Amino acid sequence: MYVAVKGGERAIDAAHAWLAEERRGDPAVPDLSPAQIREQMSLAVNRVMAEGSLYDPDLAALALKQARGDLVEAVFLLRAYRTTLPRFGTSRPVDTAQMAVTRRISATFKDLPGGQILGPTFDYTHRLLDFALAAEGLAPPPPAPVAEPSSDPLPHVTALLGLDGLIEEEPASDTPAPDLTRSPLQLPASRALRLQALARADEGFLLSLAYSTQRGYGRTHAFVGELRIGTVAVEADLPELGFAIEIGEIELTECESVNQFKGSKTEPAQFTRGYGLVPGQSERKAISMSLVDRALRWQELGEDFTGAPAQDEEFVLSHCDNVQATGFLEHIKLPHYVDFQAELELIRRLRAAAGSGAEPQE
Amino acid sequence: MSGYNFAYLDEQTKRMLRRALLKALAIPGYQVPFASREMPMPYGWGTGGVQVTAACLTPQDRLKVIDQGADDTTNAVSIRRFFERTAGVATTTSTAEATVIQTRHRIPEQPLQEGQILVYQVPIPEPLRFLEPRETETRRMHELEDYGLMHVKLYEDIARHGEIATAYAYPVKVGGRYVMDPSPIPKFDNPKLNGNPAIQLFGAGRECRIYALPPYTEVVPLDFEDHPFRPGRADHSCALCGAQESYLDELITDDRGTRLYCCSDTDFCASRQAPSATEA
Repeated sequence: MYVAVKGGERAIDAAHAWLAEERRGDPAVPDLSPAQIREQMSLAVNRVMAEGSLYDPDLAALALKQARGDLVEAVFLLRAYRTTLPRFGTSRPVDTAQMAVTRRISATFKDLPGGQILGPTFDYTHRLLDFALAAEGLAPPPPAPVAEPSSDPLPHVTALLGLDGLIEEEPASDTPAPDLTRSPLQLPASRALRLQALARADEGFLLSLAYSTQRGYGRTHAFVGELRIGTVAVEADLPELGFAIEIGEIELTECESVNQFKGSKTEPAQFTRGYGLVPGQSERKAISMSLVDRALRWQELGEDFTGAPAQDEEFVLSHCDNVQATGFLEHIKLPHYVDFQAELELIRRLRAAAGSGAEPQE
Repeated sequence: MSGYNFAYLDEQTKRMLRRALLKALAIPGYQVPFASREMPMPYGWGTGGVQVTAACLTPQDRLKVIDQGADDTTNAVSIRRFFERTAGVATTTSTAEATVIQTRHRIPEQPLQEGQILVYQVPIPEPLRFLEPRETETRRMHELEDYGLMHVKLYEDIARHGEIATAYAYPVKVGGRYVMDPSPIPKFDNPKLNGNPAIQLFGAGRECRIYALPPYTEVVPLDFEDHPFRPGRADHSCALCGAQESYLDELITDDRGTRLYCCSDTDFCASRQAPSATEA
């Protein structure tokens, strides 16, 4: 019966209806609101915002709801929406030294100006399932103790190291940042472009790459010089006014890794930098990003290419985007019967030729 | 659809695409990088073709969308609906009546005419990619017209299998200059690329590349004098319309492995079955 491909239109409609039903789940269980997701699944929301390259917790929460909790699908929804938005302009670079931090730790100094601020972290929790959370109508947890806001400045650890020339200089630059979403990736890429690609890259991919450098595939001996999470003001120049005004604030996670460097004939030994900056609270990704950034800098720092994946700019940048990766991976479930048919004919001909000992004939 | 521009993309983006298309038409077979956008369908599902189609469509156009030669495969239905919704253009399944045809994996059996545009969806635009994974390297190879690696590959195929073991996405040389991937069409379709009166445009969204064949461009499949290119098809005729020259799908019709062959081009097949009523 030749019915295989007929009725595609009806099948699509029915599939969409079924999907909507599955997304809702058991109607006896109350519907989940985007506000609940935004407030109580905030790390998932943060990840969707970071990889979706759009800072909007409400839309990210909506995307998560629509995607049935599938993070990559939610990222995709947000990206597809983002690309339709008009561009008003570019903000001024945010100043993370002025960040209102909720968390700030250094693994390289026991104490430092501004102090260590642990913040709301899982780090020292014991990973025991808290069955009390399964109860309905739980009272909110008692408020955490509140410290007086400090007006002490919070200098970056790398800036402190820089005072003694112990870490490589990071010269300021006014070069406009490239925009990966408005021009195709050109290789070799500048560090700014690499960082942009890594900031929207898949967290799992970066985590594995960073982990591989720790295990010896492009080792860079990284310390977390500093990790800080908090809000920064976003300022934009308005041509009509002639000066910059604050248009809002966003939460960021920043990681600066401090890495070994032996020095060379022309340069004395000093530490080198890896950098990670991710929207929202996303420290696993920020740390991973800083390690991968550092590994990718081998050429600039005169190191050897050891063939490690994390050192390979083209490999990393071509494969770090999960919306691209998932699309291309999953497209192989689309019909390929024309190509498969061509292969079938070929393999039959080759087998027939092998059987007869003759050259294949059409 | 309210809230979106005609054919979904904003005019700035279409302008960027049209510039890339013009450059591609000016340098046949050359892969032009373009700032591919995220589309509301996944990468790998025709985002390149959809962007090219969106940049070409005018309100007067009549659009046909095929996947595997068929108008009614699910992804063809989905893309056709997308443009019905976002551009409101007329659609058709008739090859002759379409002004723009977006395709995945086939060239229609019915010869195209001047004024028609055929838009191909391309997964991997680089014909040298599986011989050399680095884009930096393959771009250099194209610059230097250094295609020795490809000829060695084809030679090794012959040494190993007795023939060139590429059945689809069979590489071609365009206008005596660029080696080009014709997208994963069966090599049966390769002769239709050559000297075609229609404009042929190729869009690879994920890979951010556009390339093109202007009308009547010379397109030659790579081969050797003693192993000339031979297009292949199943040695059967269509069970539905009896065609002996069309490309065939092979269907398994029972659990004993009985096969049925029928045209992959549904419009071609339907028009042969009912010559007086081609339009569904």
